[in-house]
Amino acid sequence: MLTFTIRRLILSIPTLLFISLVIFLLLQLAPGDPMAQVPLTVPPEVKEKMREALGLGQPIHIQYIKWIVQFFWIEPQVLVDHWFGTSFAEGKQRVISWQTRSPVMDIVVQRIPQTLWVVGLSYVVGILIALPIGIYSAYKQYSVFDQTGTFITMIGFSIPPFFTGPLLIVLFSVQLGWLPSIYDTTHVVTDWESFKVQFMQMVMPVMVLALQTTAQLSRYMRSSMLDNLGQDYVRTARAKGLKEGVVVMVHVLRNSMIPVITVIALGVPAIFGGAIITENVFKVNGIGQLLLTALFANDIPMVMTLTFIFAILIVLFNLIADVLYGVLDPRIRYD
Amino acid sequence: MTDQPIAAGPDLEIDALAALQDKEPPKEPRSQWKDVWDQFKHHKGALFGGGFLIFITLAVLLGPYIWTLDPQKLDIRNKDMRPIYTALWDSTAKVGWGNPLGTDNLGRDILANLIAGGRASMAVGWAAMVLALVIGTLVGVVSGYFKKADFWLMRFTDLVLSLPILPLLLVAVTLFREPLRANFGPEGGMFILIVGVIGLTSWMQTARIVRGDILALKEREFILAARSIGTTSGAIIRRHLLPNVVSPIMVSATLGLATAIITESALSFLGVGFPSDFPTWGKLLADSVQRMEQYPERVILPGILISLTVLGVNYLGDGLRDALDPRIRGR
Repeated sequence: MLTFTIRRLILSIPTLLFISLVIFLLLQLAPGDPMAQVPLTVPPEVKEKMREALGLGQPIHIQYIKWIVQFFWIEPQVLVDHWFGTSFAEGKQRVISWQTRSPVMDIVVQRIPQTLWVVGLSYVVGILIALPIGIYSAYKQYSVFDQTGTFITMIGFSIPPFFTGPLLIVLFSVQLGWLPSIYDTTHVVTDWESFKVQFMQMVMPVMVLALQTTAQLSRYMRSSMLDNLGQDYVRTARAKGLKEGVVVMVHVLRNSMIPVITVIALGVPAIFGGAIITENVFKVNGIGQLLLTALFANDIPMVMTLTFIFAILIVLFNLIADVLYGVLDPRIRYD
Repeated sequence: MTDQPIAAGPDLEIDALAALQDKEPPKEPRSQWKDVWDQFKHHKGALFGGGFLIFITLAVLLGPYIWTLDPQKLDIRNKDMRPIYTALWDSTAKVGWGNPLGTDNLGRDILANLIAGGRASMAVGWAAMVLALVIGTLVGVVSGYFKKADFWLMRFTDLVLSLPILPLLLVAVTLFREPLRANFGPEGGMFILIVGVIGLTSWMQTARIVRGDILALKEREFILAARSIGTTSGAIIRRHLLPNVVSPIMVSATLGLATAIITESALSFLGVGFPSDFPTWGKLLADSVQRMEQYPERVILPGILISLTVLGVNYLGDGLRDALDPRIRGR
């Protein structure tokens, strides 16, 4: 298993390099000019100098290699400096945003907690709702609970978040006035009252994202449980007199969780992608919203870095899913 | 006593012969598609979904001939009309039979806009789905059938699968919008761009499924037989392999249609989709979010249409999956 993990880790390096190349080449085609905002009175030769200062004068492959060095070598050094107070990255060129002229990673680090809170919490909530629904509707297959559960998850699966979001805002913010429609990221939790405010503003974005997760996961959970409930070992377990609860919750559940856990791991990057829309609806200033504004402002280094972070997430969680599958299921052997 | 068995002897013989005979005429041989339809009929949701999909497709195709109002016509005197049913609970609401679903803030008729938007959304959905299917089937068949291509094509598929799709879609649409618009006009260029990017980023699942099926089919005897009488590879693929992978392709087609419609609407919602005078359901929804407190129906109507269509397509896919799987069929 360890050799498999190491092999996959090494294999993921060319994958990531290829993805970064694709993103880089795509962004090279961008028609926008970072000098468009500079006043017309600035003479052309000065403009040319400014362009070179942004690293735009060099050929494409040099730009790409420089970006790779900045992202994989200098940015980790900055992180180490930040953690241990050393000064490896002193005076080295970091990835600079064209919008704010400050290091891209600094802005990303400011935005990540908001996204993580909303996305992470919604994923946990989604899993906690989905698993019991899936288990129970498989156990009572074709019961009323199963039928309604399947119908509701199908609806949740089909309604896009950019519709549920505004719908919830109209219902709970405008008509009923219970919840705020905009997520206030400057809010600090200090005591019970402010915790309540934080809770109220998180309910809607979390629920919108959780609906998607729940719909998908409970369908997987149900079919996985159904696959296992008909197996011989379940009859054996019942025949030797185990309690029904033990049979379902220990024997069947543990075996059914194997594929579901990999689906959970594989879904993490997708939910970050879906968060772009939810963040836009509820005005959460997380990394999804950062990507959108950077895109509209032609801030190529920012877009490049953010897209690449999404790619790293996908590759990482694919790896985690594969490894988990091998660890959880002794029948799966990769070597 | 003794002659009884003798008497029974010829009788038994005759019975045995009668049992071997067919008393009723043999039934018509059943085709596979008849079996599929019989199983499909039992899935209520799938019937409803398929019916709704046909209904909505016909509605957006024939709608403009029945409801002939021009969706782009500005009628500023009649702006901000409410749907006719608002009069049920609010007698002061500005309603009229001329615009049964109301008008928007420039006086454009909402019903006509919904029909036109549905045309665009469905066209994008179908076109992107077909494009993704063609690419996916091609990659899947080639990599399943030709061993040499398999390794590299599948590595390539894995790589594309690990690209962050939604961010890349956003990037691609913002980048290529201008050149395509200049070449094909604002609507045509945008249509090509959106169909292209959705199609190019959603073929991977189809390719994987088709490849898996082809790999299994390739080892079967009928392929060996076909090869032994000298059938060429192209003919084997067309005549023997493709008809056998139609069912997984159909299932992934329904999924592809649903994702394509949702993705197009999401792009429009994020403001990188079609230009605003070219309505699609997602665009209509996105444009109305600003004033949804006063006019909730402008958000809800296109939203419901998107959701119902996608729901119908998903149910159709569910039913097709059950009906096309011979292990489930007949149970």
